[in-house]
Amino acid sequence: MFGYVLKRIVLMIPTMIGISFIAFFIIQLPPGDYLTSVIASMSDSGQDMHPDEVRRIRALYGLDEPMIVQYFKWITGILLRGDFGYSFEWGRPVSELIWDRMGATLAVSMASLLFVWIVSLPIGVYSAVRRHSIGDHVFTLFGFLGLAIPNFILALTLMYVGYKYMGQSVGGLYSPEFVGAPASLAKFWDLLKHLWIPVVVIGTSGTASLIRILRANLTDELSKPYVITARAKGLPEHQVIMRYPLRIALNPFVSAIGWVLPQLISGVTITAIVLNLPTAGPLLLRALVAQDMYLAGSFILLMGILTLIGMLISDLLLAALDPRIRFT
Amino acid sequence: MTLVSHYDDLAEETGPAISPLKPGDDPDKIAVASQWQLIRARFFANKVAVVAGIIVLLFYFVGLFAEFLAPTIPSKAQPRFTYAPPQSLAFFVEDAEGNRRFQLHVKGYAMSVDPESLRRSFTIDPDKIVPVGFFVKGEPYKMWGVFEMERRLLGAINKRDPMNLLGTDSLGRDLLSRVIYGTRVSMSIGLIGVASSLIIGTVLGALSGFYGGWVDLSVQRLIEIISAMPTIPLWLGLAAAIPITWSPLKVYFVITLIVSLLAWTGLAREVRGRFFALKGEDFVTAATLDGSSQRRVIFRHILPSLTSHILAVVTLAIPTMIVAETALSFLGIGLKAPVVSWGVLLQDAQNIRTVATAPWLLIWPCLAVVVSVLSFNFLGDGLRDAADPYGH
Repeated sequence: MFGYVLKRIVLMIPTMIGISFIAFFIIQLPPGDYLTSVIASMSDSGQDMHPDEVRRIRALYGLDEPMIVQYFKWITGILLRGDFGYSFEWGRPVSELIWDRMGATLAVSMASLLFVWIVSLPIGVYSAVRRHSIGDHVFTLFGFLGLAIPNFILALTLMYVGYKYMGQSVGGLYSPEFVGAPASLAKFWDLLKHLWIPVVVIGTSGTASLIRILRANLTDELSKPYVITARAKGLPEHQVIMRYPLRIALNPFVSAIGWVLPQLISGVTITAIVLNLPTAGPLLLRALVAQDMYLAGSFILLMGILTLIGMLISDLLLAALDPRIRFT
Repeated sequence: MTLVSHYDDLAEETGPAISPLKPGDDPDKIAVASQWQLIRARFFANKVAVVAGIIVLLFYFVGLFAEFLAPTIPSKAQPRFTYAPPQSLAFFVEDAEGNRRFQLHVKGYAMSVDPESLRRSFTIDPDKIVPVGFFVKGEPYKMWGVFEMERRLLGAINKRDPMNLLGTDSLGRDLLSRVIYGTRVSMSIGLIGVASSLIIGTVLGALSGFYGGWVDLSVQRLIEIISAMPTIPLWLGLAAAIPITWSPLKVYFVITLIVSLLAWTGLAREVRGRFFALKGEDFVTAATLDGSSQRRVIFRHILPSLTSHILAVVTLAIPTMIVAETALSFLGIGLKAPVVSWGVLLQDAQNIRTVATAPWLLIWPCLAVVVSVLSFNFLGDGLRDAADPYGH
């Protein structure tokens, strides 16, 4: 097992480097470098930068050097000093801005993942056991709709429905009176009242695909000889299903962390923009529009790393659950 | 016993378990049917996929003839009718004596002004009748940018009367025309995007699967990196770098490229897997022994036998691209006005106040996106099931 863990972590390193290349590439995309935009914005507000200061920052970020050197300085800054660069739009180091937002992104993604699991397990089992029943067809139809409707359209529609029929304010994570209030039970309840819309919106497509996978896997398992043996032994039907086939069919639930997580983080990004949640999405969009590239690049880097870690966790969990994986 | 009846008996007992042809069909036909005939038979047996395919074709038809089908030009503002609600088509009018007479028409608008906010709002006025006809003369336009034309499929007979079957937006532009023109842009982005990711995906997948070894390893790493990135943040990052000064056409192509840059991985995986499976087949060995070059083996022998699978994967990739473009434009960093796409239309429905005044601005573009995406998914599922007629 230890060897497998080590192998997985070593294999992750090139992917991580690749992701950091992509993030840096995006930082470099807009014409001009970071300093020209700082100087431009400062002279807009009537301040001029001292040439010495310009030279100092140029040397610090290696702006006159070839791209690979700049990349190297950027990445060592992150790894050694936790320095993600400077956001000129906010006038603050990027590292002060991102962690709260990334935390919120992670929290909403986790809540959505829980939602996906909780909803798809019973429905998937039901659909597999009662195949081609009316309930199964209804869930299949919902599943197709869930896969086909893009997140932001679902968010817009729920917003409209919430506004029109429930008179609820649907943006944000808290009602205005709770923003900045100390933590309390009432505040938590308010959070739950706001959280369900983004969680449903973000989780729907993942739920739909997980139901389909669970249904297919469980159907395969149910037709195997050991299930017939269990029935022949006289086990009650619920034990026949719960004891073995379900446990085997549950593997995709664990591997789901790997492939649902990028979807969820993607979904959180765009849904948060529509619903104005305090996660990374709205800030990322704003940074991109303002070409505040160090901030934007850091978000993209961290989101990529987050999904990688998710994939790693799911692989390790799978290996712990299923010995066939770690021995091949 | 004749030979034919003997054959029939045989088919009764040992025929294929799931036959693409119905039980009553002649088994001789299956025996000699080509791969494509089997695929076609299996595809057409799937009614949902066929209906979905017809809907997809209809969408492309609408996109192709957008100029003629739209009642007016999408940019034509009617300042007199802002946020006007949808009118519905009716067939008969009653005159003063109560006689019913056939006359295709829509009802006109009545305007009221809110005394407090001074905002104008429109309601349908059942007494005003706007006669409507087929092939009427409307705003002049250039069909496909070439032929000068005036006739439109449907329009108000008197050019100055309002006819907005799906309502209007904040500038009084006709939503139906905008959705129809948007169909052209949104649907073609899917098609062009898929073409470019088809090229990248097939080439890399084929190289990876055919040569194996370090080529395979590095392509696999690349795919892993790209699929580990959450797509929307990456799309945002790439699209935001497009300079504002670029022409709409250039932006259109760059957006297509960005969308397809991340979509080729699924295709490459599929092609690679098939290549691994086919590499050891007898016909490939035979071709190699015949002295075919590697290029000939890849393009002449292996790729053609993958065509049906590739077609299925491609069909399933198109909706992703449509959604990607819609999302980017919706966020304001994809296509921008004056280009009209479904995403650009949804941008108008971004804030809840607009949607509350004019829900049709949300409903119709959403419906277009959802119906097209659903149809592509069903069509792609059907193609995928039919792609391997010898399986199962």
